[in-house]
Amino acid sequence: MFWVTIKRVSKSGWINFKRNGLVSSASVLVTTITLSVITALFLFNASLSSMIVSLQDKVDIAVYFTIDAPEEKILALKDTLQNIPEVKSVEYVSADEEVLAFRDRHADDYLTLQALDELGGNPFGGSIRIKAKDSAQYESIASLLEGDSQVARDNSQIIERINFAQNKVVIERLNMLIDGSRKAGGATTLILAIISIIIMYTTVRLTIYMSREEIGVMRLVGASSSYVRGPFVVEGMLYGFFAWLITLLMFLPITYIITRQIGSLMSMNLYQYYVSHLFSIGSLVLLVGLVLGALSSFLAARRYLNV
Amino acid sequence: MIQFVNVSKVFPNGAIGIEHANLGIEKGEFVTVVGPSGAGKTTLTRFISGEESPTEGTVLYDNVDIQSFSGAELTALRRRIGTVFQDFRLLPNKTAYENIAFAMEAAGKSDEEIISDVPHVLQLVDLQDRMYHFPNQLSGGEKQRLAIARAIINQPEILIADEPTGNLDHANTAEVIHILKKINDLGTTVILTTHDRQVMDAIPSRVVTMERGLIVGDDKKPSIKV
Repeated sequence: MFWVTIKRVSKSGWINFKRNGLVSSASVLVTTITLSVITALFLFNASLSSMIVSLQDKVDIAVYFTIDAPEEKILALKDTLQNIPEVKSVEYVSADEEVLAFRDRHADDYLTLQALDELGGNPFGGSIRIKAKDSAQYESIASLLEGDSQVARDNSQIIERINFAQNKVVIERLNMLIDGSRKAGGATTLILAIISIIIMYTTVRLTIYMSREEIGVMRLVGASSSYVRGPFVVEGMLYGFFAWLITLLMFLPITYIITRQIGSLMSMNLYQYYVSHLFSIGSLVLLVGLVLGALSSFLAARRYLNV
Repeated sequence: MIQFVNVSKVFPNGAIGIEHANLGIEKGEFVTVVGPSGAGKTTLTRFISGEESPTEGTVLYDNVDIQSFSGAELTALRRRIGTVFQDFRLLPNKTAYENIAFAMEAAGKSDEEIISDVPHVLQLVDLQDRMYHFPNQLSGGEKQRLAIARAIINQPEILIADEPTGNLDHANTAEVIHILKKINDLGTTVILTTHDRQVMDAIPSRVVTMERGLIVGDDKKPSIKV
C-alpha cells in the first residue's frame, strides 16, 4: 500500500503541476530567482576565496643570508621551516641564482651591471622565501626567526636580515581586508539567502492558499493529512527541479559573459570554474531546490489541514 | 446510530449556532432538517462530520463521542460518511472520474476497484458521458450529481446532503431528490437539510424543524424507514 500511495501522490502532484500552468510557471520563476541568488552567492564566494588566495600568494617573508653562509646550513634551516605546520612552502634561492636574477632585473641598466662586475665576486648571499598557509601566521613565523627561539639562536650568524618588518604593515592590512571580506561575504550570503528563501516560501504559501478550499474538501471526503499534503509536496519539489534546470543552464551564458567582459579584473576564470564545478554546484543547488520546495509546501499546507 | 445529547454551540463571536439540541437518528432513516437560513441546520450536520465541535453536550456516533476521536479516527469516520454540499465542493483540477477516484484512493481502495467502480457510479447518476470533463465544464445539476456520486462511492453509512438543491432548477432538484431516495432505499441513512418547503414535501421522510438554533419540531410519523 505504501508504494501505491507514493505512486498516487506523485502522479497527483505531477498532474496538479501541469494543470495549474500559470501558477506553476510563476512559482518556478520565483524559485528560479531564489536558486539563482544562491548560485550567484556560491560563485561570489568562490571568486572571493580565489582573490584572497591570490593576494596571499603575493605575500611572503624573505630571509637573506650572509655571503659566507654555508649552503648546507641554509638548507638545514629550510628543512626546519618546512616542517612547521603554519608554513606552506619554503623556496631557496642560491647566491648564484640571486646574482643572475639581479642581472636580469637590471639588463638595461649598464652602470649597475658595470659596478657589479667591478666588485669582482658575488656580493649576494643566498635567500629563502617563506609562504604561510594563512597570512595571519607570518608574525609567528617571523618571531621564530628573529626572537629568542632555538632556531633564531642557531642561525643568527648566517641570517643577515629578514624583511618581515618592511612587509608587516602590508600584511596586517591584507589580514584586515581578508577578514573583512570574509565577514561581509558571509553576512551578505546569509542575508540574501534568507530573503530569497522567504520569498520562495511566501510564493508556495500563496499557491497553497489558493487551494485551501480544495484541501478542506479532500479532508472531508476522508483523505488523511499526509495524503492531502503529499501532492503539494511533490508540486513543491517540481518547482525546485524545474527552477534548478533553468538556473543551471542560465548560468552557462551568464558566467561566460561575465568572464569575457570583466575576466581580466578577476583572479579566476569564472566560466571555467562554473563548468568544472557543474556537478558539485548542480548537486548542491538541486538539493536546495528540492528541499526548499518540499519544505515550503509541507509547512504551508499544514495550516489548512485542520478541518 | 447518531445521538445529539443536549448539544449547544456558541461561536467565538458570541453568536449562538445550536441551543440544547436533543436528537436521535437511527440507521436507514431519511431525515429532512428544515428551517430558514441561520436556523442551525448546517451546524447540526457539521457536528457529525467532526467539522464543528459542540461547546456543550455530546454528539455520539455508534455510542462513541465524536469529540473524543483522534485525527486518524476522524479521518476513518469521514470515510463512513458521504457529504454533499450546496456549492458542490468538487476538486476543480480533477475530472469527474478523478473526483470520484480521489475519494476511493483516500479510502485506500485498489486501482482495480477504482477502475471497476467509478464508471459504474457515474452511470448511476447518468454522467457516464461526462467522465473526463472538469467541474467547470458541467452544469449545476451535473455537478451536484457528481458530488452525490463521490459521496456514495465508498458506500457510506450516512449521506449528509446540506442544501443540495439550493443552486438547482426544478428539474435538477427533482432528479437529485430521486437519487437521494434511491440511495436511502438501498439502506444508507440520509440527512438532508433544506429551507425549501417544496423539497420537504416531495420527500416522505421524518422532518426535523429548526429555528434560531433550536429544534422546534420532530415529525417522525410519516417516514421512518424500516
